[in-house]
Amino acid sequence: MGGGNGGRPWVEMRGIHKWFGGVHALKGVDFHVHRGEVVGLIGDNGAGKSTLIKILSGVFPPDKGEILIEGRRVRFRSPKDAKEYGIETVYQELALVDNLDVPANIFLGREPALVGGRGLFALLHKGRMLREARALLERLKVNIGDLTSLAGELSGGQRQTVAIARALYTEPKLLIMDEPTAALAVQETRKVLDLVRKLRERDIGVVFISHTLQEVFAVADRIVILRKGEKVGDLPAAALTVDEAVKLMVGGEGA
Amino acid sequence: MDIKAWLKRINRNRVLFPLGALALLVIVAASLSPHFLTPMNIKNVLSQVSIIAILAAGEACVILTGGIDLSVGAVLAISGSITAVLMKWVGAAIPLAILGGLGAGALAGALNGLMVAWVRIPSFIATLAMMAVARGGTLVLTNGRPVSGFLKSFRAIAGYAGPLPLLFLITFGVYVLWQLALSHTRFGRYVYAVGGNETGTRFVGVNVRRVKLLVFILAGLCAAIGGIMLDARLNAAYPTAGEGYELDAIAAAVLGGVSLSGGVGSLVGTFFGALVMTVLGNILNLLKVGAFYQYIAKGLILAVAAISLSRGIKFAK
Repeated sequence: MGGGNGGRPWVEMRGIHKWFGGVHALKGVDFHVHRGEVVGLIGDNGAGKSTLIKILSGVFPPDKGEILIEGRRVRFRSPKDAKEYGIETVYQELALVDNLDVPANIFLGREPALVGGRGLFALLHKGRMLREARALLERLKVNIGDLTSLAGELSGGQRQTVAIARALYTEPKLLIMDEPTAALAVQETRKVLDLVRKLRERDIGVVFISHTLQEVFAVADRIVILRKGEKVGDLPAAALTVDEAVKLMVGGEGA
Repeated sequence: MDIKAWLKRINRNRVLFPLGALALLVIVAASLSPHFLTPMNIKNVLSQVSIIAILAAGEACVILTGGIDLSVGAVLAISGSITAVLMKWVGAAIPLAILGGLGAGALAGALNGLMVAWVRIPSFIATLAMMAVARGGTLVLTNGRPVSGFLKSFRAIAGYAGPLPLLFLITFGVYVLWQLALSHTRFGRYVYAVGGNETGTRFVGVNVRRVKLLVFILAGLCAAIGGIMLDARLNAAYPTAGEGYELDAIAAAVLGGVSLSGGVGSLVGTFFGALVMTVLGNILNLLKVGAFYQYIAKGLILAVAAISLSRGIKFAK
């Protein structure tokens, strides 16, 4: 458990290329994550981080290259496909619906029904949603307080926690976190980082993207650095300093 | 649940404001006119509110998803006319004629929904186009003349069940069903979710287009019910029926606490909002205030309501 070096990675991306019009956004990037491993993905704006994780989460397909899960080649036609394989994503902005309460957000799009099954007019099982939401948050050891609060009434850290909890409800194998701490205060950031560490204990792989390198170094087992669509570094976090990482990111000549 | 949490929940749906406004209006009306609280006048108010309220039910739902439907008045007219024409000129049986009217309303709503959700025309423009087409269609269909003189059994729709107008019972039934759908079904949840964060809702895999389409179809159906109710009440389908009703419907929803930016409000509030609009018109009539001034009064009330509601934040605390 944990660490996850050696052995076959859970997910592997090989030789990924992506063009947007004339822009060559990814130039043959290899990327992999083991179960229970936290991989920090860093790079300057436009380095290709978002493009890479959007391919991994099924938002769009690579133009060249392949994705393997447990050694088998897969193709994602939509984020739904990726979810079915156990890849969940927490987005920075799109996360929550502010005018719905916590359980409603956690179960949005997969509400349990009293009667009516999968139908649009199925009666909601609100009691079960509240119970399971509470149980889920307790398992993650996070405290939201009144679960009937609307998401818009929560603090930034609580919102992010709920967004992560929502992604974890389906027991994913890999969680992609795109700038999960961007809008958070120091204290709240610490809570999110604690949560990431708990995911490692639960043997979930994490891809953690952040502009704050200190955060990445605080949680990541391994750090992957992109620059202008190419992978320029892939090292254990312990073998790298923040200064070295910055040099790789910006490509300083004297590096 | 303690009282504070309970009040917070009530207030979240923003029904306190329209309820308070209604109570105040009733007190003022009762003290200004001895006729206001007579059974005759109350029945009259309940009949009047039925048609505006049913349009407002559909309108509120569209607004909850963050859209707007300007075509409900014109769809009321074309549905009412189709039902009337089927009965008077085609000689269709009453249930068939009613089905024809409802079908026309649903079709108009579906076209609105397709324009908004698939072609991505802003709802303001799409339904403005529908408003023009439906009004024109009504005039073409009827040659611009009223179609009148229906069978007694059809006019019975505007009759009474005991002391209560049937029209009111129909509207009330629609409201109960619809409020239940909004608060207790997946559909209702998605209506609020789409209004609150459309992109986020799409991202979790909800079929947002289908929700929008359905909401417009329901608004068209409500308008059609309103048109048939108005036929029965007036014993005629006027091609100009429902002109300006879309504004009354929007006003009722806004007065009832439905946020124009979507995601906030309820049908309960909308119902009170419709009552406020109707009672206001009624008391101005009783006080013999001219129709021209009534427009101004309604506009002012709406402005005051909008100001006091916008003081609250978008997601009521």
